[in-house]
Amino acid sequence: MEPHEPAPDADQPDAPHEEADLPGPSLWPLGFAIGIVVILVGLIINPLVISTIGAVIAIVCGALWARDATAELRGKPVVVDPERRELGPAAEGETPPAGQQAAAPPAAEESFPRDRFLEGATIGLGALIGGIVTVPIVGFAVAPSFLGQKGHRVDLGPISTFPEGDWYIATFVTDPAEADVSNRTAFIRNNGIYQNEPSFTIISNRCAHLGCPVQANGPTGSILGKKTIQEHTASGPVTLVPVVPAGFGCPCHGGQYDTEGNHTAGPPVRALDRWSFEINHGRLILLSLYSVSHVDGTGAQALIHKYKLAGPGEHVDGPEQWFYPLQPPHS
Amino acid sequence: MASRRTPTKAQLRRQRMGELVTYPLDWLEERSGLVGGIRYFLFRKVPADVNWMQTLGSAALTAFIVQAITGVILAMYYQPTPSGAYPSIVNITNHLTLGWLVRGMHRWGASVFIILLFLHMGRVFLFGAYKYPRELNWIVGVLILVLGMLEGFTGYLLPWDQTAYWATVVGINLNGTAPFLGPFLAQFLRGGQEIGAATLTRFYSMHMLLIPGGIIALIGLHLYLVVRLGVTSPPWSPEAAGREAADEEPQPLRPGLTRPVPRGIAAAQSEPRGSE
Repeated sequence: MEPHEPAPDADQPDAPHEEADLPGPSLWPLGFAIGIVVILVGLIINPLVISTIGAVIAIVCGALWARDATAELRGKPVVVDPERRELGPAAEGETPPAGQQAAAPPAAEESFPRDRFLEGATIGLGALIGGIVTVPIVGFAVAPSFLGQKGHRVDLGPISTFPEGDWYIATFVTDPAEADVSNRTAFIRNNGIYQNEPSFTIISNRCAHLGCPVQANGPTGSILGKKTIQEHTASGPVTLVPVVPAGFGCPCHGGQYDTEGNHTAGPPVRALDRWSFEINHGRLILLSLYSVSHVDGTGAQALIHKYKLAGPGEHVDGPEQWFYPLQPPHS
Repeated sequence: MASRRTPTKAQLRRQRMGELVTYPLDWLEERSGLVGGIRYFLFRKVPADVNWMQTLGSAALTAFIVQAITGVILAMYYQPTPSGAYPSIVNITNHLTLGWLVRGMHRWGASVFIILLFLHMGRVFLFGAYKYPRELNWIVGVLILVLGMLEGFTGYLLPWDQTAYWATVVGINLNGTAPFLGPFLAQFLRGGQEIGAATLTRFYSMHMLLIPGGIIALIGLHLYLVVRLGVTSPPWSPEAAGREAADEEPQPLRPGLTRPVPRGIAAAQSEPRGSE
């Protein structure tokens, strides 16, 4: 089929007449408009040179436009892509002439009509703009939770406050800017000097099941005949409550731990987390938390199976650890 | 007939009063089609033997609307900051006039909403109303249920007391134990590595903006499907599965409700509806 032939249903009443009087599509009006714009811009910048260029563009394009528009009047063939449209019910009812498949629309022809272009352009541009706008918004919603997380050193006061072998429930503030919300609790025992260095057991009170506050199983406070110590250090108020724990237990779902933080009963999946620490000018400084699968031995001789900090309820050893291959950035 | 030719004074007055009511409605209808739209939405054909159980969906919708309104009012007094949240709750509950009531409606209404969602879901299940062609509406309903429970989860933190704090610790850590992406989800929900001011504000934002927006959109879709597909008859109905309501065309609307409309306009307006 020749591309310039009218569509096969051209003899149908609706199809041909509406196009017949219209001039064919032309790009020259666009060039003409650009020429006018250049003239106007030239009037501001450089009337002599730029406006002249604009005038030339406008005249050339205008002439070509006029040539295109009058092509039909001058009897020249107009190059128009045939528009594709569905056959009406009337056309379907017709029987095609023998030997010619008149009912087949000109589907095989390459055609990219204007409305399809506009459709695609609208959707494409919309998607582009949507994407450009969405990326920073989603980034702002998500990224601050993961980037720039800062750790805080916590000063718990001179190590002489911790008599050897005694347990204390230490409550302190990890981030002075957050005040009460950053209150944390740890169970601390001075293990004495081991290999010429002071040794401490510092167990976080966050349950390894789902993060509830674990309690010491045993008498606390004045019943022991020891004083509760209130200090004010560089990192805020610190409270040390004496305690004699037989172990630690969680009130939420009944997880139980021994005094080394080993999981002994209930739903927790590992031992209690611990704080790493340093002794700086005779003061006990908490650094950061790490996770523990289990502890062999006790006190200063304990062998701690240490892992990077994982969230409560996440296994750090055994086959289940493969469920948590990546951890979000931590301080 | 006789009365129309020679109307009494009382009849004339009544007619004029009637026009006073219908005129603005006609005015609105002519310009927007809203009166007809609302009539189409509200006055639908339903099976003759519908059951009281089929009002549970509207009940859940009502509960949601109560939650939305009381929530907006509570937001006028609530402060989503670690130091201000609990005192503002105390203020609402104990000092502001009727604050105890509105907060109580919101707090208990939350449970009512979830309970009604489950009852509605049970009714749909037992009536077999989730079956073809209404499967999509079941799925949309499940999404509404999930978002409703997220509303419960995020709203629970806002009083910022011990219960709220530790319940949210446990809730977030539960999400954190999901394989692979769980730890990241937990940190996103916390807005950092620990629960703090960032957690409170983002839960507040999710609770009052993000999730309700989603629920409202889904309720719109849910109702659209209900109107489009019609109401099922109960399983004991002698009629076949309530398809009639879906297949039947809605009654063509008369353009003017009471006022006579010129023939030409009436015909022109009712024509496209008839051919739909």
